[in-house]
Amino acid sequence: MALQTNSRVIRWIDHRLPIFTFMNHELNEYPTPRNLSYMWNFGSLAGIALVIMIVTGILLAMQYTAHVDHAFDSVERIMRDVNYGWLLRYAHMNGASFFFIVVYIHILRGLYYGSYKAPREILWMIGVVILLLMMATAFMGYVLPWGQMSFWGATVITNLFSAIPLVGPDIVVWLWGGFSVDNPTLNRFFALHYLLPFVIVAMVFLHLWALHRFGSNNPLGIDAKGPQDKIPFHPYYTVKDLYGLGVFLILFAAFVFFAPNYMGHPDNYIEADPLVTPAHIVPEWYFLPFYAILRAITFDIGIPFTGIVLIDAKLGGVIAMFGSIAVLFVLPWLDGSPVRSGRFRPLFKQFFALFVVTCLVLGYMGAMPAEQPYVTISQIGTAYYFAYFLVILPLLSVLERPKPLPASISEPVLRGGGTVAGATAKPMEKP
Amino acid sequence: MRAIKHMGRLAACAVTAAALTVAAAPAPASAAEAVSHPDYEFSFDGIFGTFDQAALQRGFQVYEQVCAACHGIRLVAFRNLADLGYDEDEIKAIAARYQVEDGPNDQGEMFMREGIPADRFPSPYRNEQEARMMNGGAYPPDLSLMAKKRKGGADYIKALMVGYTEPPADVELTPGMYWNEYFPGHQIAMPQILYPDSVSYADGTPATIEQMSRDVATFLMWTAEPMLEDRKQMGIKVILFLLVFTGLMYAVKRKVWADLH
Amino acid sequence: MADTANARQGVEDQSKRDFLYLAAGAVGAVGAAAAVWPMIDSLNPSADVLALASIDVDLAPVAVGQAITVTWRGKPVFIRHRTEAEIEAARSVDVDDLVDPQPDEARVIEPQWLVMVGICTHLGCVPLGQRPSDPKGEYGGWFCPCHGSHYDTSGRIRRGPAPRNLDVPTYAFSGESAITIG
Repeated sequence: MALQTNSRVIRWIDHRLPIFTFMNHELNEYPTPRNLSYMWNFGSLAGIALVIMIVTGILLAMQYTAHVDHAFDSVERIMRDVNYGWLLRYAHMNGASFFFIVVYIHILRGLYYGSYKAPREILWMIGVVILLLMMATAFMGYVLPWGQMSFWGATVITNLFSAIPLVGPDIVVWLWGGFSVDNPTLNRFFALHYLLPFVIVAMVFLHLWALHRFGSNNPLGIDAKGPQDKIPFHPYYTVKDLYGLGVFLILFAAFVFFAPNYMGHPDNYIEADPLVTPAHIVPEWYFLPFYAILRAITFDIGIPFTGIVLIDAKLGGVIAMFGSIAVLFVLPWLDGSPVRSGRFRPLFKQFFALFVVTCLVLGYMGAMPAEQPYVTISQIGTAYYFAYFLVILPLLSVLERPKPLPASISEPVLRGGGTVAGATAKPMEKP
Repeated sequence: MRAIKHMGRLAACAVTAAALTVAAAPAPASAAEAVSHPDYEFSFDGIFGTFDQAALQRGFQVYEQVCAACHGIRLVAFRNLADLGYDEDEIKAIAARYQVEDGPNDQGEMFMREGIPADRFPSPYRNEQEARMMNGGAYPPDLSLMAKKRKGGADYIKALMVGYTEPPADVELTPGMYWNEYFPGHQIAMPQILYPDSVSYADGTPATIEQMSRDVATFLMWTAEPMLEDRKQMGIKVILFLLVFTGLMYAVKRKVWADLH
Repeated sequence: MADTANARQGVEDQSKRDFLYLAAGAVGAVGAAAAVWPMIDSLNPSADVLALASIDVDLAPVAVGQAITVTWRGKPVFIRHRTEAEIEAARSVDVDDLVDPQPDEARVIEPQWLVMVGICTHLGCVPLGQRPSDPKGEYGGWFCPCHGSHYDTSGRIRRGPAPRNLDVPTYAFSGESAITIG
């Protein structure tokens, strides 16, 4: 549909640079399945969280000093002397947590409704890249206030790279720009912390591009059969997203204004001291499941009965931690079930619920000291995490018998969300 | 909508399972970390909480007359004392009680001068080494952020102040250490410094240990989070606004979607 | 794809609906505007910057004919101990002939002490004329090398692109030969 406007200026511009046609096509008319649930609000919310982080972050950067002697005090100056500095800083701190909450729900939604399956594999993989970039950005951002957790978090995480055989120690020195986490490290982390969010923005555009190629998946996981299955994005989903934004902002404001340090750690209000490690160092909550996986590998992996160690515990932990994200990249090829939505996969549903529980349990274990019984629970959780992707999903695609799928999106919706599989529904054939 | 219900059920089951795990997990074994302290009531608690100015002034008096000998509040400026209800002249007089380092002067020397409102509170020691040397190896930490850098915040500070007792019979104290109910590990290098009437309050409030502890905890909450009142008051307005906005958006959403259902 | 035109309803319903949209839009706009203010205000001078607004200067070591430069709010402040000849030169000018008419008496507290912000009112360069070796311009005061503004011994603009005389900061004598600026 061509752009409809009476403004000659807009038409003049659009003829030369069809940006208005593009925006109209992608944000206004953009045909969207009519049955998206509130689970589909989290993509746009993640975008808004990213904008909040970038805007508050740029303003904070204008007041922050990236030097080991001044970083801590410059943050406190922001909190005390800069006009509304406390608001910007608390919004940025809690914004990181909320960004991760939103993105984790977004990912779990994708996992449950099979949003990673053909033809959306690349869309999914770009999403995993965004998650990795977010993690790197958040990690480096946490170092900037130069508190005890900043310093020791940076020390522990950069030391992970020392597990790499042969070149590990050299890589760590290279990462630090010295022989410990120090001023060069802080400076480069600040530079990267400023840069990476813009790389994320670029990735978000690719993510949206890939999304708009085939449009959103939907709770039924079936493709739209015709125009009756779709509605224009505006006004339907714009208002729905704005309503979701309101709910999000209420929760966000509750933390920023009334519990700003709830998700932080008191030790980070102690200035970094390279000579004293806090009794109990933990990463930010959003890294806890991965931290638990890292610590779960307490044993060397080698050839049994020979005593030959192939992968020592430290390297094993690092591999497991990075592997827990890497496995997401190949997920589209691990789950071969032709049915997307978990709604029609009775067995998958149960394993998925257990997977969500596992993630929560791993998160809890990540916050616990590295002692029994937490280590064993972490090991069981880690085993299930990987088994879910590497064993259960491939097996289910062969063994599971999915429920019959509805004939079209509009059919159950128009009947008020009643029975899914009517007489007209065509059972999905087994491959 | 079915989908929400569905995800809701999954989430509920996940949460229940997580809760069970939490309940089943025993408390961390390292006792030194987990010393619980009472939860006191303070005027700044809750979403409508504000600082009690009289308590802040009393707490400042306790800080100045007792704590300041060993502990600095280097992030706080004299001008900030306006929050405590002091006027400009009073603040100037308070600042002038302190000597701050300035310079270099025309001879290239650093020199000491009376404080002005723009200065921050000078620390009692030039550096950590001097502090340790003068305190038998212990380092009295700066108190500016004490209410934020310790778990429990103001509650912990107050508990610590009232928590000095005789050690249990079976414990032998390390020389130079004191027993405190609420200090992690119980052995603390700081002796009990608050005794009844350690200070004589300007407003006539009886200076009991309990009262002084409460006041100094209030004062240190303020030094750690001077914007607390602004934050909470703004938060109430923001949340009320967002409730209206979200309510309206919900109504709009219903209207827009009405013709689809 | 469904057409939005299909969503047409009765006229009455339409107006109720329009009102709701308008109200929601207005509330959203107010919220967005309110959210922008803290961001803008964060870039204004902060409390610690505002607090450092005054400095004390001891004038005793400055001999007649000498000048010193001190820093106030990050800007140079010129203090010149003027000679009788310089005072005379500044006071003998016909005020009406000046670009920015101002008698010398209005620019000093004590005639021998001239205190000014040493920033050219044109585009913010620091004029020359503080050191004995500096060019002092055609009027024996200061000369801005950036675009050739000439200031006289009262710091008034006499020739060149600058629109105003050099600014005189708020200051007061705190003793015989000591001032507080700001």
